[in-house]
Amino acid sequence: MLGEFNNYFWPVLVASITIIGIIGCYVLLKLTGKKGPENDDNSTSGHVWDGDLEEENNPLPRWWVGLFVITIIWGLIYLALYPGLILTDGYLKWSQLGQYQDEVKDADKKFAAMYKDFGQMDLEQFINNRKAKKIGKKIFLNNCAQCHGSDARGTTSFPNLTDHDWLYGGKMIDIKSSITNGRNGVMPALASIGTKKDLWDIAHYVKSLSDSKHHPMKALRGKEKFGICASCHGADGKGNQSIGAPNLTDHIWLHGESFEGIVHRITYGINNEMPAWNDRLTPEQIHLVSLYTRMLSKDNH
Amino acid sequence: MSNKNKFTHEKIETNNFLMIVLIFIVILFAGIVEIIPLYFQKNMLQPVKGLKPYKPLALIGRSIYVREGCYTCHSQMIRPFRAETLRYGHYSLAGEFVYDHPFQWGSKRTGPDLARVGKKYSNNWHQIHLTNPRDVVPESIMPAYPWLNDTPASDGSIQTKMKALKMIGVPYTEEEIQKSPEALINKSEMDALITYLQSLGIHVR
Repeated sequence: MLGEFNNYFWPVLVASITIIGIIGCYVLLKLTGKKGPENDDNSTSGHVWDGDLEEENNPLPRWWVGLFVITIIWGLIYLALYPGLILTDGYLKWSQLGQYQDEVKDADKKFAAMYKDFGQMDLEQFINNRKAKKIGKKIFLNNCAQCHGSDARGTTSFPNLTDHDWLYGGKMIDIKSSITNGRNGVMPALASIGTKKDLWDIAHYVKSLSDSKHHPMKALRGKEKFGICASCHGADGKGNQSIGAPNLTDHIWLHGESFEGIVHRITYGINNEMPAWNDRLTPEQIHLVSLYTRMLSKDNH
Repeated sequence: MSNKNKFTHEKIETNNFLMIVLIFIVILFAGIVEIIPLYFQKNMLQPVKGLKPYKPLALIGRSIYVREGCYTCHSQMIRPFRAETLRYGHYSLAGEFVYDHPFQWGSKRTGPDLARVGKKYSNNWHQIHLTNPRDVVPESIMPAYPWLNDTPASDGSIQTKMKALKMIGVPYTEEEIQKSPEALINKSEMDALITYLQSLGIHVR
């Protein structure tokens, strides 16, 4: 506490006012608690109501004085135990931060062994461990569900985690890497590769890759222009997990399946970001939530 | 009646002005002990490492945060309890709020605490979420703020705001104030609010 001030002025002032205040209370109590010549047994305040109702002028009741003395003693004990005067840390050396650190230390001790086991689990062990599953689910709901949904099925631009279509790979090591360091899927704006008509042709070709509804002639023309797309999505359009380029041959459309949408993406590009979680979750927590994610897609098989 | 020459409670009870003065003195002492020393405490005055005054766009975003009453449902204050730091991250430090005038600690959490929401979600997520929270969090009861997409961030007040903050100690340079309107060109209020949110609490982990 004392270290938080540049000099002794404020700590000394606070301590003095506090101590003098307490002494002042006691002196005042002594002065008014006594019977004096001005308030003998028969004296009144001089106020009279309804003819004969008088206000007596007596010293403070003994029991009340006693209680006040107890509060003074309590105050002194408190100041001895806790850093109320700033000048001392108090007998208990209590601080808000210390209390928090104790709380964390106790909890860490309690959970350390558990997390140590959980941190090395494989998928089979995870699925058979109710407690681990429960914790994995909680971590997911508290941290991942905001984007990927509480059922992990995602929404437009936020990947569905249950569909086996992995942008960056579905092995444990890939999932953990995605969570730990985040991902940034960048598709550059490619408006310059052709006319508006060319971009529409490419969109038709992209749709043809998954046998979706398309115009065959346009798709054929689009194929010729697909070369630059192939550098990320592959010549066969099956994507590239090392850079997170989506597979275009399935029926999963992360950013929507309309022709207009596809043309828009080719024109303006897209920057799809997943934040990194390494400074929000511990490695064990990341392991657990990765197992949980892995389990969700296993269930669907 | 008691002795008229002695100072008794009767004097205080029958003299309004004296009573007011004495009450004022009592409250003054409490203030000197409990409030004023805080203004001289080191960790209240020093910004945490890396903390910079709000950039113009973020400053506008902060005004929108206040205008739309975000603080009525969201706090920006993580207390030093394990249950809070587990969910929201490192507890809040006084030095994180030295450029906030006034701070947005709030007092009620209908929604989650936002003290460390910066970089937690992508810009894209914030844009979708603020336009209609149900699009990404179906169970959310947060109101939608779709108009922010269409209203311009620049309302001509940015230089006045920065000058006012400078007067009370935020270290903006004249050049920063001069150039501030440029940062708002072609930006919507949505951009501003997201920039503000993404800047919250990122200097302490």
